[in-house]
Amino acid sequence: MALLDVVDVSGGYGAGLILHGISFTVRQGEAVVILGANGAGKTTTLRAVSGMIDARGEIVFDGRRILGRRPEQVAAAGIAHVPQGRGTILDLTVEDNLRVGAYPRRDRDVDADLADWYEIFPRLGQRRELPAGGLSGGEQQMLAIARALMGRPKLVLLDEPSLGLAPIVTEDLFRTLGTLNAERGVSMLIVEQNVGLALDLADRGYVLETGRIVVEGSADDLAQNEDVQRAYLGV
Amino acid sequence: MSLFLTQVMNGIGNGAVYASLALALVLIFKTTGILNFAQGEMALYSTYLTWYFADRGLSVWVAIVVSMAISFVLGAGIERVVIRPVEQASPLVLVIVTIGLFLAINSIAQVQFGSEAKHLPRAYPDNTWHPGNVLISADTLVLVGVLALECGLLYLLLQRTKLGLAVRSVASNTESSRLLGVPVGRILMFGWGLSAALGALAGSLAVAASQPALTAASMQSILFFAFAAAALGGFDSTVGAVVGGLIVGVVQSLTTQYFKSLSDIVLVVPFALILVVLMFRPSGLFGTTRVERV
Repeated sequence: MALLDVVDVSGGYGAGLILHGISFTVRQGEAVVILGANGAGKTTTLRAVSGMIDARGEIVFDGRRILGRRPEQVAAAGIAHVPQGRGTILDLTVEDNLRVGAYPRRDRDVDADLADWYEIFPRLGQRRELPAGGLSGGEQQMLAIARALMGRPKLVLLDEPSLGLAPIVTEDLFRTLGTLNAERGVSMLIVEQNVGLALDLADRGYVLETGRIVVEGSADDLAQNEDVQRAYLGV
Repeated sequence: MSLFLTQVMNGIGNGAVYASLALALVLIFKTTGILNFAQGEMALYSTYLTWYFADRGLSVWVAIVVSMAISFVLGAGIERVVIRPVEQASPLVLVIVTIGLFLAINSIAQVQFGSEAKHLPRAYPDNTWHPGNVLISADTLVLVGVLALECGLLYLLLQRTKLGLAVRSVASNTESSRLLGVPVGRILMFGWGLSAALGALAGSLAVAASQPALTAASMQSILFFAFAAAALGGFDSTVGAVVGGLIVGVVQSLTTQYFKSLSDIVLVVPFALILVVLMFRPSGLFGTTRVERV
């Protein structure tokens, strides 16, 4: 059974409809990528899953219907959303940012998880007492990912993680995401402009065009797909 | 010189009240971005509650604590019922809503408690001390002591508890907090409740300390000075609210003493001071000018 099952979801902002009946799934342990041009509705798709916009249709996560729930309820149910622009809580220290990520948790292992993330991202450990607003873009993206995973979510939504990062930082980031997916079994739903890196990481993918899914398949199939190559890979 | 210092001490006492109410304003501004013009009238209602319980035989201190508890619930209720529905509205709408609250609460207080002046019994002996010819009243000591205690507890709450972390997180980035599972609505209710409780303390002490009569107009000048304090300190800084409150109190007290011609328009002086400060530091003495790398 799918971890996340999105069925015929339509939605948008106010009166304007952006998504026109999209359906897709993310299975346990999978990394799934959503590709598409600017304005295709990629961010809106993630926002619909998180309950940040009004949507119709059906979204089932981990056996529970989550459509219509508020973002904080969706998060508490186990979906962490790393928003575009990283959502850094600027006035809080790096460590407090991470602790907010653990807010819905009731267990006592938060400190152990903190130490864990400082090991994975040593730069965050070095800057733990500094205001997060002073971090570089790449560090803020690491912080955003670690913060989201501090909640021990079952699924992570990543919205354009490469945005504004230098190519070498982006490659590093995707290597880390690949490790998290492969070794920790973190399920991921990723929206990304850097199609090459995204398809390297992902198991499967969907191509979104003006609010509709037009192609879907395994990451390898998509990488070979002529339309995808022409439109997004510049081949 | 001793007269000067005596007036400074008096000013610090008054300033402690302004600081307390300014803290309430800053808490709400930081979490919801709203300038709560009703803060003074909320404090007024709370002070009437303190009077009510003291009048029924509770000691003033106990009455204040009971009033703070009730005010917390009422403040949280105001957020949920009045503010939440217009949360996303433009700042102008929110200003109108809080001014509406100002008028409504003031009227309710008059209807419920009557328009004749009330007096709180003294809560402590009216002693004075004269170290080196400077007159220090028990009022000043109590006001400053309570403010210090309040700041200490507030610091522990905000910096050392999970709830406090959530409050600071919501204040800094509401949307991110929501996405991380922080129940933003409940945190905002808590913020309003806390502010109402702080206002209850400020209002009750103002009336308990120097024993002015409690009328429906009691909080209005205090609210002006509290706003002045918050603006001076920088609207998003709790430290700024406290320092701003004390500065405004001292300036007010010295103005009354040394510029007799200005004593009828003493409100003008702190505001003139603020104008000067804001010309050089637009975000106030302690307000944040955000540094963010992108």
